Amino acid sequence: MRYLFRTNYKQDIRAWRHSGDVFWYGLLIATIMIIPFVLGEFYVGEMGGVFIFAIAGVGLMLLVGYTGLISLGHAAFLGIGAYVNSVLLSHGIPFVITLPVAGIFTAICGAAIGRPTLRMSGLYLAIATLSFGSIVGTVFQKWTAVTGGFDGFAVPTPYVFGVSVEGATGVYYTSFAVLLFVLWMSINLLRSPIGRAMVAIRDSEVSAQSMGIHLAKYKTLVFAVSAGITGLAGALFAHYVRFLAPDAFDVLLSVQFVTIVFVGGLGSLRGAILGAIFVRLLPQAIAIVRDDLPFGIGRLPGLEPSLFGLILVLVILFQPGGINGLWLKTKLWFQAFPFKRQTSGRRQKSYARSERLR
Amino acid sequence: MTALFEAKDISVRFGGIRAVDSVSFEVEKGEIYSIIGPNGAGKTTIFNLISRIYNTTDGQLLFDGKDITRSPAYTIAGLGIARTFQNIELFTNATLLQNLLIGRHCHSTVGYLSQIAFLPSNRRAEIQHREKVEEVIEFLDLQRYRTTLIANLPYGVRKVVELGRALCTEPKLLLLDEPSSGLNVEETEGMGFWIEDIKKDLGITVIMVEHDMALVSQVSDRVMALNYGKVLAMGTPHEVQTHPEVVRAYIGGESEVDA
Repeated sequence: MRYLFRTNYKQDIRAWRHSGDVFWYGLLIATIMIIPFVLGEFYVGEMGGVFIFAIAGVGLMLLVGYTGLISLGHAAFLGIGAYVNSVLLSHGIPFVITLPVAGIFTAICGAAIGRPTLRMSGLYLAIATLSFGSIVGTVFQKWTAVTGGFDGFAVPTPYVFGVSVEGATGVYYTSFAVLLFVLWMSINLLRSPIGRAMVAIRDSEVSAQSMGIHLAKYKTLVFAVSAGITGLAGALFAHYVRFLAPDAFDVLLSVQFVTIVFVGGLGSLRGAILGAIFVRLLPQAIAIVRDDLPFGIGRLPGLEPSLFGLILVLVILFQPGGINGLWLKTKLWFQAFPFKRQTSGRRQKSYARSERLR
Repeated sequence: MTALFEAKDISVRFGGIRAVDSVSFEVEKGEIYSIIGPNGAGKTTIFNLISRIYNTTDGQLLFDGKDITRSPAYTIAGLGIARTFQNIELFTNATLLQNLLIGRHCHSTVGYLSQIAFLPSNRRAEIQHREKVEEVIEFLDLQRYRTTLIANLPYGVRKVVELGRALCTEPKLLLLDEPSSGLNVEETEGMGFWIEDIKKDLGITVIMVEHDMALVSQVSDRVMALNYGKVLAMGTPHEVQTHPEVVRAYIGGESEVDA
């Protein structure tokens, strides 16, 4: 077990905890860099998909896991990012410009949605974002002049400084680079006043206000950042699927994003990535066992969405910390071995808080 | 007379109930001013009016010569008024250190972009905040809990952390809402010493809502007694405690029985 001795304030604001972190994450990044040389195209493509979902997961994690605001409309932000990027590309604008523009434009959309929905929380916010999602979905279908409607939209090949980044490997490396950038940004945010304001809003709005946090300003900001990151994921998603259809960005996709956040573990960036891996692997796992399932369950329509729903409910009931919580508990078990007790992972009961001030 | 805070005829109505009914009081710089009264007398409501969570129906609030009657709630901390809550409103899923650092929020001036990129300006500011927080940790003896989640701290410590978080805003005026509620005798005594230290060492003016009369008489310079939103009595702790109206409000009908 490692003991951390803090001798310097700089240690507290570092992005990593200790040299072990640097080593293991460095090793992980190096492994990811060489994987396309080792594995086949199919696996590289699937991992690209995981990276894209992890980016969106990090975006939603900032909103749900750290600020405590729910959104069931993030598929719409993914769609906005995808269409903005593709439409601009088809007008001959280079990918190095369309990618950030897609992110920024989606962030502005997020701020525009965040602003009026600020007064809501919980279920009401979920409903508002849900209806926003379906409005945007309808716009994608009906605005045929721009999106092509149900005829779809073929995404042009992107070039980065003259080099084509098409194919599974291109998407893989681009998505990984964007994921690293997004993680770096999120870690910075979380160790800065903005990140602490987010946590404050999540845990107690009334005292956040009394500590000088402008609720409306920060909620809008976080909504914008979250939407912007999802927009970046959307731009990459367009190249991942190569052909945009408006019905790809429906409620089910939003529910998948929420699943990423909850199954991965609320309030943890690592959780967002673990959740993305889980959500991308589940359909593959279903595909493998589909034919071997008894009573023809495997051929039932709606098997996948119902499994997502079931898992979401089970995780919320029995493993509120998600995969990340499970990982932390396992780590504790090994660190404390053989002194793990029944109560080790349990938190103190929470004391009554005043419901009058909300 | 150097009044740091002044309430002029403040009232608030919730529907037909006058929770606070034209209350006026002045708090001088460097004093500890206690507000007492039976349950539902409007003590906490006065705090919520001062920290601008509720709007006053009538009257005026003056702080440091400035009219704050209509200032938005999030500006109050920046002006120099910090508060604690009766039932503890800490950020439960954050560490003690993070909680205290949130108390520094009203002093953060670094722009969004340099926070996102964690530029040197933000790094310097963070270290300055951290130093200030460390002073508070030392003042309140919280060293051993620095990296503990609030959810894992016992109730008594949470009370002190909330006091610490308020101190981190470097307030001129501190509003303490029942600092001793839920504490045992020993912890209450400790809280009393800290409140005295806050006044003497840090020179912070304190307004305190409190039920524990021993604590009130130990630390207060002046006391105001409320009942049904109206002022019953004002003066030194002894004067107020022996005031016939106050006795009647607490114990009930003594003078009526006599009459």
